[in-house]
Amino acid sequence: MDPLALTLIELGAVVFCLGLLARLAGRIGMSPIPLYLVGGLAFGAGGLIKLDGMHEFAHLSGEIGVILLLLMLGLEYTAAELVTGLRRSWQAGVLDLLLNFLPGAGIAVWLGWGLVGAIVMGGVTYISSSGIAAKVITDLGRIGNRETPVVLAILVFEDLTMAIYLPILTAILAGVGFLGGLQTVGIALAVVTLVLVVALKHGHRVSQAVHSENSEVFLLNLLGAALLVAGIASALQVSAAVGAFMLGIAISGATAHNATRILEPLRDLFAAIFFVAFGLNTDPSSIPPVLGWALLLAFATAVTKVLTGFWAAKRAGIGIPGRFRAGAALIARGEFSIVIAGLAVTSGAVPRELAALATAYVLLMAITGPLAARFVEPTVKAFRKSSRKPKASEPIASLEA
Amino acid sequence: MNVDETELPGLGVRKDFITASGRRIGVVEMREGETELFVSTWDDPDTCQASIPLTADEAAALGNLLGGQHIAMRLAEAHKEIPGIVTRQFSITADSPFNNQPMGKAQIRTRSGVSIVAIMREGEVVPSPAPDVVLHTGDLLVAVGTQEGLDSAAAILRNG
Repeated sequence: MDPLALTLIELGAVVFCLGLLARLAGRIGMSPIPLYLVGGLAFGAGGLIKLDGMHEFAHLSGEIGVILLLLMLGLEYTAAELVTGLRRSWQAGVLDLLLNFLPGAGIAVWLGWGLVGAIVMGGVTYISSSGIAAKVITDLGRIGNRETPVVLAILVFEDLTMAIYLPILTAILAGVGFLGGLQTVGIALAVVTLVLVVALKHGHRVSQAVHSENSEVFLLNLLGAALLVAGIASALQVSAAVGAFMLGIAISGATAHNATRILEPLRDLFAAIFFVAFGLNTDPSSIPPVLGWALLLAFATAVTKVLTGFWAAKRAGIGIPGRFRAGAALIARGEFSIVIAGLAVTSGAVPRELAALATAYVLLMAITGPLAARFVEPTVKAFRKSSRKPKASEPIASLEA
Repeated sequence: MNVDETELPGLGVRKDFITASGRRIGVVEMREGETELFVSTWDDPDTCQASIPLTADEAAALGNLLGGQHIAMRLAEAHKEIPGIVTRQFSITADSPFNNQPMGKAQIRTRSGVSIVAIMREGEVVPSPAPDVVLHTGDLLVAVGTQEGLDSAAAILRNG
């Protein structure tokens, strides 16, 4: 068959299947990310059907998907929110980093994946899925809850940490030495600070540069600017994704709101292809051997996230049920864990099993996270009631007597 | 009264206070422009018993109802000594013939003897509105008059 025809047929079939998966996810009220990953596993190397024609397209689209994911993450927040969030929640943020980075890094060292593997797996277990967390908070009607700002502040801190972490990761994966790594960290810190300062003082000018009343012009401006900034950042070894994230932060106000609206469908398409492409590159038969480790890691990092949320909510003066709610809302890992694992796998600097472990881990966490958030409240309530029962039943007993 | 304002990064701003009965009540002004109205549960002030999304129109209407009740009560208090004088509120619906028309066009005082003493609009009060004030959907007119006068004023506003 003509290679173009083959590619089109494969791509069409895959995107169509993703549509079905997304609908299924919506029907049962879960995040579509784990289903996309499973879809990728089914189509890829060693899967049910082998797809070769769309590989190149899937790779480039996946890269664009990552850029759009990070660009839209940046658009969510204004620079002012990031700075106040950082000031208010840095203690909780540091605790979060320590508690959740170490389990992943520890297991990687234990499995003999070296320093590079440890830094990658640490990132995978550290970063909560802000997409899933935000959806859980809205779906469960917890927007007005007192612990919600605490959860959001931790997510903001994590996202800013990504802006420092991703350049470091990119440099380490590229195999630069200690000095080269330090240099990249310096550049990354300088760039992040510079962008925050520019966004605080001159955010409206950046917004004006890309803004247009015509939605076609606006879309092309935005996409062009994002890819340009990402490309330049990549050339400077600062990680393409971080470039896009910083551009998103610099765009503010009504322009940011319109940009989110206009980019959402594109992001959904390209991010879905990114998750599939990641699954495509993972051999499903490599998952069962690491499943035990994935379960262990999932359990450990669920506990550490709950501890993080519990501690942060306690500091904010929130009652015990609210502390558990805050912790459970943070459990879900998703898109950014896959972004990190994807960067590592494409660089070839980590063993294949890492991709398998990351896939299994994210599958577990993206599914259990929202469930934990939903059921933590009745569980805590039932537990507290049963421990209080003797006192509560006394008046009833005396009435009966 | 102490209204707390809390930033919700990426979502909006939460404004709430604790009522005398111990409930936390408030709104979240979302980035996209909707309003989320919430009330805490009685046993855990941190969580919400109900969280209700309101459109901009619905939020304005609710604000008028709450504010209007207050005004109407004070007016009723003021007119208590005059027998036969009653206060009532009329809301302007989208299908009212005077929606988006100046109030004077309805000639309420001439036709029913009723005075419109205030208009509640988006949580604000327009006291003794002039006949050229244009009425909009969701406006709440505070009217003072006799029982019969108020009945015919209601009919005028409904049917023209």
